Amino acid sequence: MSTDPPSVEVINLNTHYGDRQVLKNVSLTVKPGEIFVIMGGSGSGKTTLLNHLLGLLRPSSGTIRILGREINALSALDMQDLRTRMGVAFQSGALFSSMSVGDNIALPLREHTNLDETTIGIVTRLKLEVVSLAGFEHLMPSELSGGMIKRAAFARAIVMDPRLLFCDEPSAGLDPVVASSIDDLILRLRDAMGMSIIVVTHDLDSTFKIADRICVLDQGEVLALDTVDAIRNSPNERIQNLLNRRTEEAEIDPDAYLRRLLGEKEKLRDEPASRRNGL
Amino acid sequence: MPSSSPTLMLERLGRAAARGLSEFGFAATLLGQALYWLVLGHWRRQPVRAAAVAAQAMDIGIAALPIITVLSTTIGLMLAIQGIYTLKTFGAESRVTLGVALSVVREFAPLITGILVAGRSGSALAARLGTMRINQEIDSLTVMGINPVRFLVAPPLAAMMILMPLLTLWADLVGLFAAGLYIAIELQGSMASYADEVLSLLKLNDLLHGLAKSAIFGVLVTIVGVVNGASVSGGAEGVGRMTTRSVVHAISAIVITDMIFVFLVTR
Repeated sequence: MSTDPPSVEVINLNTHYGDRQVLKNVSLTVKPGEIFVIMGGSGSGKTTLLNHLLGLLRPSSGTIRILGREINALSALDMQDLRTRMGVAFQSGALFSSMSVGDNIALPLREHTNLDETTIGIVTRLKLEVVSLAGFEHLMPSELSGGMIKRAAFARAIVMDPRLLFCDEPSAGLDPVVASSIDDLILRLRDAMGMSIIVVTHDLDSTFKIADRICVLDQGEVLALDTVDAIRNSPNERIQNLLNRRTEEAEIDPDAYLRRLLGEKEKLRDEPASRRNGL
Repeated sequence: MPSSSPTLMLERLGRAAARGLSEFGFAATLLGQALYWLVLGHWRRQPVRAAAVAAQAMDIGIAALPIITVLSTTIGLMLAIQGIYTLKTFGAESRVTLGVALSVVREFAPLITGILVAGRSGSALAARLGTMRINQEIDSLTVMGINPVRFLVAPPLAAMMILMPLLTLWADLVGLFAAGLYIAIELQGSMASYADEVLSLLKLNDLLHGLAKSAIFGVLVTIVGVVNGASVSGGAEGVGRMTTRSVVHAISAIVITDMIFVFLVTR
């Protein structure tokens, strides 16, 4: 176990949207077989960090290694290979609305393997069994409930048997019972398939239930990176505020306040979307 | 400090120009990438699937046949009526076939097909891509290792380039037939003599002129639809706005390109 390279290694990651620095010197390591939770409030930069880990954004500086490969230095073909070894369950599920659930899950197999349709059908139904959605493969995504969409997204994410799974806000928008069942699913996936799982969330209950280690992001910086117990007992005031759901008084800068009241524009910022390449 | 109004206007003008230029560049890049995947996809382990192209062709082409038939019939009739009316002034009604045949084959059939396909398929493409973008479906393709341009843009592009000339050819035949019916009745001739006249008047060059234009229109409709769809921001309202924009842009692009093409080829 200890000889394996880390699943994810981020070294001194810095990134900007226009003039605003979103991530400041973020460094972290995810061990193989670990459930690693990236936690933080809204605007803490956790979604940006996830997009960098997925290779959807290019950082201003810093290194990201996924499964031992540096993703911003890989050729397109190597990156494609790497992507088949990682799975992503997006917050909204991001199932293709024009395809049935079964076709959605089978898509990576159809595109990346030469398996025949019978085998693809068997693998698809197998993965649907894993996420407790057996028998739903002919439904369209619009006919599923929120929890079922998340489960289907998990099934699609694990269909290539990835070694690394990313989950963006798995419990967002679900009732507590369904959210808890998604947590169980994440734990079961790790135990059954031995993959590393990175979960981005702001849900505290779910974090404490599933995490091996937690990374707390705050205003683009890693505030703490430790085991669940160490985070719980952390003396840091900001972490305790986050854990106890206390709101923080924002520091007031009189000049900035005055400028805002006068309605003066800040410098034009680049849209985050415009930094994406291609489509 | 509030800037003085001429500077502000200049700034707006500059920004708009830069935005337009970058959109044009994006369109050119997309076209290049889509053609790249069509040709080289197989060697990069991202083949453009024939099934996907066929599905798009079905949607763009076969489903559009009824409305194209109706409209080219109407256009053919309209041209025959107008032609006879105009030529009556010189007592030259019998020469109407020349005008009708050339204008249908060289101009009206490709134009009406292009406009219809822009309205039907270009807008659908923009709406589909826009919705996929706001639902993170495009990100999800990328992280699966499926190139979105190869998967979403190349199939409709290939389908359009094949189907548009075929649809135009159909519109040619239907338009000429409808015009012939009217002319034969109005001038007491026969369909056979009309067909003879059309065949002797039309050269292969005229036909190819129209078909080549329609293939270009197909590329324009696809790329304009995709660029607008990919630039969607701001939820469902954004999708609606960009869909409308894509139809307006596609039709404008078709008409302007038509004029440029005619200018370059005919002179």
